[in-house]
Amino acid sequence: MEPSISIKNLALSFGNLNVLKDLNLEVGQGEFLVLLGSSGCGKSTLLNCIAGLLDVTDGQIFIGGNNVTWEEPSKRGIGMVFQSYALYPQMTVAGNLSFGLKNAGLPKAEIEERVNRAAKILQIEPLLNRKPAALSGGQRQRAAIGRALVRDAQVFLFDEPLSNLDAKLRADLRVEIKQLHQQLSNTMIYVTHDQIEAMTLADRIAIMRGGLILQLASPNEIYNRPANKYVAEFIGSPTMNFFDGEIDAGAGTFNSQGQSFTLAGYAFEAGSAPTGPAWFGIRPEHMVSGAEADSAPVRMQAKVELVEPLGSDTLARVAANGHTLWVRLDGQISIAAGDELAIGFDPARANIFDKTTEDRL
Amino acid sequence: MDNVNQNASAVSTEMVGPRGQKPTKVFSRRNIMIYGTLIVISLYYLLPLYVMVVTSLKGMPEIRLGNIFSPPVEITFQPWVKAWAEACTGLNCDGLSRGFFNSVRILVPSVILSIIIASINGYALANWRFKGAETFFTILIVGAFIPYQVMIYPIVILLREVGLYGSLTGLVIVHTIFGMPILTLLFRNYFASIPQELFKAARVDGAGFWGIYFRIMIPMSLPIFVVAMILQVTGIWNDFLFGVIYTKPDLYPMTVQLNNIVNSTQGVKEYNVNMAATILTGLVPLLVYFISGKLFVRGIAAGAVKG
Repeated sequence: MEPSISIKNLALSFGNLNVLKDLNLEVGQGEFLVLLGSSGCGKSTLLNCIAGLLDVTDGQIFIGGNNVTWEEPSKRGIGMVFQSYALYPQMTVAGNLSFGLKNAGLPKAEIEERVNRAAKILQIEPLLNRKPAALSGGQRQRAAIGRALVRDAQVFLFDEPLSNLDAKLRADLRVEIKQLHQQLSNTMIYVTHDQIEAMTLADRIAIMRGGLILQLASPNEIYNRPANKYVAEFIGSPTMNFFDGEIDAGAGTFNSQGQSFTLAGYAFEAGSAPTGPAWFGIRPEHMVSGAEADSAPVRMQAKVELVEPLGSDTLARVAANGHTLWVRLDGQISIAAGDELAIGFDPARANIFDKTTEDRL
Repeated sequence: MDNVNQNASAVSTEMVGPRGQKPTKVFSRRNIMIYGTLIVISLYYLLPLYVMVVTSLKGMPEIRLGNIFSPPVEITFQPWVKAWAEACTGLNCDGLSRGFFNSVRILVPSVILSIIIASINGYALANWRFKGAETFFTILIVGAFIPYQVMIYPIVILLREVGLYGSLTGLVIVHTIFGMPILTLLFRNYFASIPQELFKAARVDGAGFWGIYFRIMIPMSLPIFVVAMILQVTGIWNDFLFGVIYTKPDLYPMTVQLNNIVNSTQGVKEYNVNMAATILTGLVPLLVYFISGKLFVRGIAAGAVKG
């Protein structure tokens, strides 16, 4: 099937500053793609380029098979939702929704029909005659989504749409956006710095840094097989534990600060283990403790330094053989700082990265 | 339950020392300083106005007694009538009314024209970031710092060459040009403070340069239009220099005519007429402040919508 959006060798620079470098990306029909990265990684810039709000320096952008590189934003078949909602304050919600359609010169009856349809989908019918100032944050963002919806666009672009909302509303609207996608099956590109939004919404996640896509894969793949150390650290909270050491391919072990443990079960990208300096990473939730630790392939004795009870889980910072590690434990466990704790893990769930290139081994 | 109540009342009887709202003293040293200073300063500013109003309502014999602070014994509006309709400047003896209407004919087109041009300038500079925008803006701002005196004569020549010297049109053009730097700066900064995302949303919605200007920017910018209007109305109305240089006696604005009435060297100095004429001339900026001051506050309140 023809991709919905295809970006070829895209580059954007402001003077000497190269924000995007030779970027290639294909988004399938009806796919939900999340651009994820910390601030300044170029994710919003990329979105603005797709929307046509920024002129690209080089490369091409295709939407629905048409080359839209030089096209005006309104002619690209996109709808866009902004972080600050960007509702026109002097117009009612209905006015906001119909503004783009009036500009497009649609007949009045059709405008009304489309506005009502969008309002129904988003359940903002009672709000149509209110001004944005009289709406709550969640209602405003719904109205802003409505403005994108009435355009009957092929592609929806979301620029951190939930960042201005409080935690509860954010979770609610996240679910609504996911439902909306299932209902409409449009292509959606969603920019965020929130890994939970990315993991829950995306069909595929593109993790960006410094204007480059580091990894483009399904949430599952990103979580379980991060392509490099940056991605591994970025996804997951608390962040992945790392051991600095060396792989001994002959013995099949990893040696770190006088400690040696087996790598049996780890699937190396190359098929077999290379020898050399490396990072050994294991997620806090893949560590086990107590009785379970006794049966784990790798075991160590640790001293609890800090406990963060979250109700559902308990996070503990422990010191083991000179390493500081985070461990995710059962929510009901009773431990306190200073306790001794047996911990362990299975190397099959680990992630090993090259010391210099930081790529996955 | 009883236990809890008992405890609560027990606590309240035990509370000693400061409690609840802090008492404020009306005649504290701080209040006396603040209000004393305010009263002295307002007296300092209001006293001359009081003398003007009182003098303009007296007849000449009463003025000659020399009690400038005493209220009029016999109130007369004759000086006001004379100042407005009968006072002579040069050959014309129709009072300030001629100057008033000249000033209106200068003021209205100058204010409208300069605000229209400056707001479009500011909008283009703030939102459309065209090539060379920064340079253009810098040049415009530098223009605000060039002394008027340097430009007076070149402008006389320019106006003479295009045949507008001595006409109201010429003066309107001069006022429009001289208002441009500060007004453009004002509008640019205001438009720049409007979230960029609104502008982007309007572009996605298919609005063009003028569509965004008229339907998004202007409705959101009432306060700054009022500010610009206040600046221009008072500035242009109070202008004396350009009025006297670029027009001729028949077309002199009110300020120039006031000067000619007050400074005439023939005959008796009619202080009451002079005072009335001065108040009449100052009335327009005063009214603008009073009326649009209210509008200004309302404009800000209406514009203070977080989008």
